[in-house]
Amino acid sequence: MTDEPTFEESLRALEERVDVLSRGDLPLDQALAVFEEGLAFYRRCHAMLTDSEQRVTKLVAAAEGLTEEPFPVE
Amino acid sequence: MMDPLAVPWEPGPGVPQALTVSQLARLIRETVRSNPLLGRILVRGEVTNVQSAPAGHVFFTLKDATAQVSCTLFREDAELVGFDLEDGMDVVVSGDVDVFPRKGTVQLLVRAATPAGVGAFWAAYQRTRKKLAAEGLFDPARKRPLPPFPRRIGVVTSEMGAVVHDIVTILRRRYPIAHVVVAPALVQGPGAPASLRRALAVVADRVDVVILARGGGSLEDLWCFNDEGLARAVASCRVPVVSAIGHETDVTIVDFVADVRAATPSAAAELVSPNSVELAAQLKEAGRLLAQSIREIVSAARERVRGLGERMSPRGLRRSVETNREQLERLHEALSALGSREILRHRENLAAIGRRLDLLSPLATLQRGYAIAEREDGHIVARATEVEEGDDLAVRFQDGRIHVHVKGGGQAA
Repeated sequence: MTDEPTFEESLRALEERVDVLSRGDLPLDQALAVFEEGLAFYRRCHAMLTDSEQRVTKLVAAAEGLTEEPFPVE
Repeated sequence: MMDPLAVPWEPGPGVPQALTVSQLARLIRETVRSNPLLGRILVRGEVTNVQSAPAGHVFFTLKDATAQVSCTLFREDAELVGFDLEDGMDVVVSGDVDVFPRKGTVQLLVRAATPAGVGAFWAAYQRTRKKLAAEGLFDPARKRPLPPFPRRIGVVTSEMGAVVHDIVTILRRRYPIAHVVVAPALVQGPGAPASLRRALAVVADRVDVVILARGGGSLEDLWCFNDEGLARAVASCRVPVVSAIGHETDVTIVDFVADVRAATPSAAAELVSPNSVELAAQLKEAGRLLAQSIREIVSAARERVRGLGERMSPRGLRRSVETNREQLERLHEALSALGSREILRHRENLAAIGRRLDLLSPLATLQRGYAIAEREDGHIVARATEVEEGDDLAVRFQDGRIHVHVKGGGQAA
């Protein structure tokens, strides 16, 4: 597990930026900064949707307890 | 009856010493235990003479028309059977033959049991269903919603066959972001309920949602999904469970308890995964709103700059227009990254706004050689009809202002 935001978190972060901007009460430079953050989350989500390769594993009982090993899918 | 006058049999020369009873019992037991035909067997028969010991062990006799055998079901196995054995019930049991020397009896040590025959299945099914319904395990209020974006998806099913393949294929197509964890289990036979419970327990700690699935089969094949213990394990599972057992017309006890029942394993895979096409649409919409919001903010800022510009010197005005234009250019550049056509349109809008901002600025008007008439308080006089004879006005040129006195009354041209 990594600390990278998940797709869900990134999409939520993008939608939060949209909400903040749509209230329209930020000074222009701050609005622009929020917009750029939103843009970064947009790009991240877009990349995750188009680039990800699914991981499939199988639980296997081993001497040291349960482990996961790749599960072959054609 | 033994003849009282008969001479007792005595070992002759060369015949071995008499065995003790214990030795004989041990010999029988060793013979039975070492015979592979008597271990791990399935036996079908009618249950009679059921007795439950306080410790939880169950003793009964299994019989058919011409024979019977004593059976013992120890507590730890009895808890896993999932239905109550009753006199007259037709069952298939699995277990090992053993000998109890203390009683001198041959016993079947039962490890698991399933009802056999439609009547017995139906009766056991109805009993379990009523019992769990009475406990509220089928209550819709208990059912948990499925996580909208599961990071990890558990699949409890046989690792062989089409079911696991179908589920993984659909998840890969619809939601490749998720990690799929397959927990292999037996999905039919006496050992299946315990195997399914184990798989469910170990996978539940590692995932956000579980699919419990099996392909179509006979009533007997699907029986393990009517197991009371398995149903309770599904009900108390740490994460939501989607059941997909047999065909759409098969409804097992596990289906009643699961948080969501899917008609087929493929449908279960679709239920747990958001469609990435829909997600792409949601993402695009968020991107569109992002662009639209910033455009509105920039428009509002432009209005403010224009209002202020009317009261500012040409030099100050120029600076303000430049600043605004720089911000617009940065924005324009940022928007260039948003790919969709919808967003492209907004980008073009923004470029147009930038051009209009230049056109609308009073500075541009003055520099083209026009003059602006203003009142003393700086308000722009836009129409002849606003002016009356005798008004004092200022006229602003690109290099300064002059003051004028109106001689003729205002009227439209």
